[in-house]
Amino acid sequence: MTSDSAENKPIIEIQNVTKIYGSDVKAVNKVSLEVNRGEFFALLGPSGCGKTTLLRMLAGFETPTEGAVIIDGQNMGDVQANRRPVNMVFQSYAVFPHMSVAQNVGYGLKIDGVSRKEIGKRTDEALELVKLGGLGGRMPDELSGGQRQRVALARALIKRPSVLLLDEPLSALDAKLREAMQLELVRLQKTVGITFVIVTHDQAEALSMANRIAVMEAGVVRQVAGPTELYENPASRFVADFIGQINMFEGTANQAGDGKVKIGTPSFGEVVLDGTATGNVAFAVRPEKVNISRSKPTDAGIIAAKGHMTDVAYYGGFSNVFVDIGAGAPVLAEVSNSTRDAGPGYTQGDEVWVSFKPSNTLLFNH
Amino acid sequence: MNLMNRLLRRSRRSEMGLLDYHRRIWLQVTVALTLIFLYAPIVTLMAFSFNDSKRNIVWRGFTFKYYEKAADNAELIEAFVNSLTIAAVSTFVSVILGALTAYVLWRFRFRGRSIFEGVTALPVVIPEICMGVALMVFFARTGFNTGNCVWPLNLSAITIAHIAFSFPFAAIVIRARLESFNRELAESAKDLGANEFQVFRDIVVPHMKPGLIAGGLLAFTLSLDDFVITFFTSGPNTLTFPVKIYSMVRFSVTPEVNAASTILIVITVIITALALRLQNRNNMLQAG
Repeated sequence: MTSDSAENKPIIEIQNVTKIYGSDVKAVNKVSLEVNRGEFFALLGPSGCGKTTLLRMLAGFETPTEGAVIIDGQNMGDVQANRRPVNMVFQSYAVFPHMSVAQNVGYGLKIDGVSRKEIGKRTDEALELVKLGGLGGRMPDELSGGQRQRVALARALIKRPSVLLLDEPLSALDAKLREAMQLELVRLQKTVGITFVIVTHDQAEALSMANRIAVMEAGVVRQVAGPTELYENPASRFVADFIGQINMFEGTANQAGDGKVKIGTPSFGEVVLDGTATGNVAFAVRPEKVNISRSKPTDAGIIAAKGHMTDVAYYGGFSNVFVDIGAGAPVLAEVSNSTRDAGPGYTQGDEVWVSFKPSNTLLFNH
Repeated sequence: MNLMNRLLRRSRRSEMGLLDYHRRIWLQVTVALTLIFLYAPIVTLMAFSFNDSKRNIVWRGFTFKYYEKAADNAELIEAFVNSLTIAAVSTFVSVILGALTAYVLWRFRFRGRSIFEGVTALPVVIPEICMGVALMVFFARTGFNTGNCVWPLNLSAITIAHIAFSFPFAAIVIRARLESFNRELAESAKDLGANEFQVFRDIVVPHMKPGLIAGGLLAFTLSLDDFVITFFTSGPNTLTFPVKIYSMVRFSVTPEVNAASTILIVITVIITALALRLQNRNNMLQAG
């Protein structure tokens, strides 16, 4: 491992960046982020949260109203989009329709005045890299959507940028192809070693591909963390709710000493959790950590409530069952269908117990 | 109501599919009548150019005589060459001006943009006669009198007039084409290192191409057959084809006029067909 200071510095530093449209629409509000060299970084959030605006400020298509964008140690304040050491894969792929695949891929090099021989060699390499070898002579309208995206990828990678930006790159592909492309993007990122920054609204996509994820909401970054941390230890109710599915229960908390907190709830009685909180709180549990049983669970300290099943949604490998426990929204439990014969083994109207370990819950102060 | 019911019942009784409109008699008749209404005068005009008779009334047998006569008419040929020259120059300039106007209106947001757009479209809606008079007064007041210059400079005034009224048409057509441009294409080129001019040359112009061709075609035909504005801006010594035909008709409608008109029609049709073919090929390339 080299200890060169440039190697250890983040490749992208976003410092207190704000973007205001018109007079007062804050698309991005005082965002500070660092992306490390060689990382697969995801900007995740619902539509309109400012993630695309942030990406476009990295590419140079938008100018921050306040704050600074530093890429590879260089302040991008006065650097135009065509002079930045980044390349972008657009949501529509933006493959030039009047140019062949090879012309598309080689366009950036041609603009840079690279010799024709060198362009030809590097175009072939780039096409090989995205598994489009031999298709250089095709026109874009002779390609499928997935192939066009590979052209866009090859075209962006051929200039060997410091950072590759991807704006919702998989949203136009069908489900099967999308999953294959997710794996392939990760493989590609490892092969070329370039930092990838991807914008997506699909949390499963972000969790499966990225090393680190920034969750954004209303122009603000809510949490930056790795996928596991984000899923198992969300910093706020918003993040917990946005990433995956979650059951949220309201209650009133009293501090009980020993770092324990007693929460009075309408459906589970008194629940004892680790943590510190008083007043109105919420605790939450992920559906796959909820157990369903016919008889009352007897494990010490387990949180349980009796209810009846309102719905069963079958997804093949697992089923989502909804149990009404008499207060609030029905509890969602994910039941693995690990044997062929019976599916989840429950039907609508069954009386069942839902239960989960206190250690699997998350506690949120209001 | 009653009639409606009867019609409905009838269509139910017939064994026609819902979209089999083309099999209905009334539709076929309507189409036939429309075509006759549109093309009968033109076909008649062309047919009578081969009529072996001085008067254009009764068919007296087939002849090429009047084509030869038209070809021998030096003034007619001169007018024809003038018209083609004016149309060619005016088309070339109109397409460039139109493309630049369309690009500016599409690409940039600036103060007074909508006013500029409205003013640009004005020559399209202004009655030709007003435009003709205005241009005549303009050339007279500015002393721009080229009527006595050597060919082709003697056509300058007419050409300028033609450019003035045909470039807005080209601009409108090209502007419409630009609306379908995916701005991510331009951003993508910029992202790959292209500057503003390279983006325009490599990405925007190829997309504009069908619009450039259609706009050019429009400008060419507008210029070639314009009578009113040309009439007001041409000097006594500069004749264009439509103006010459008009002066011939004032004496009598001879088959010679028919022959000349037929040639004009054939040229226009050929150019239109060529342009359409070019545009189709382009569209096929740009599809998807």
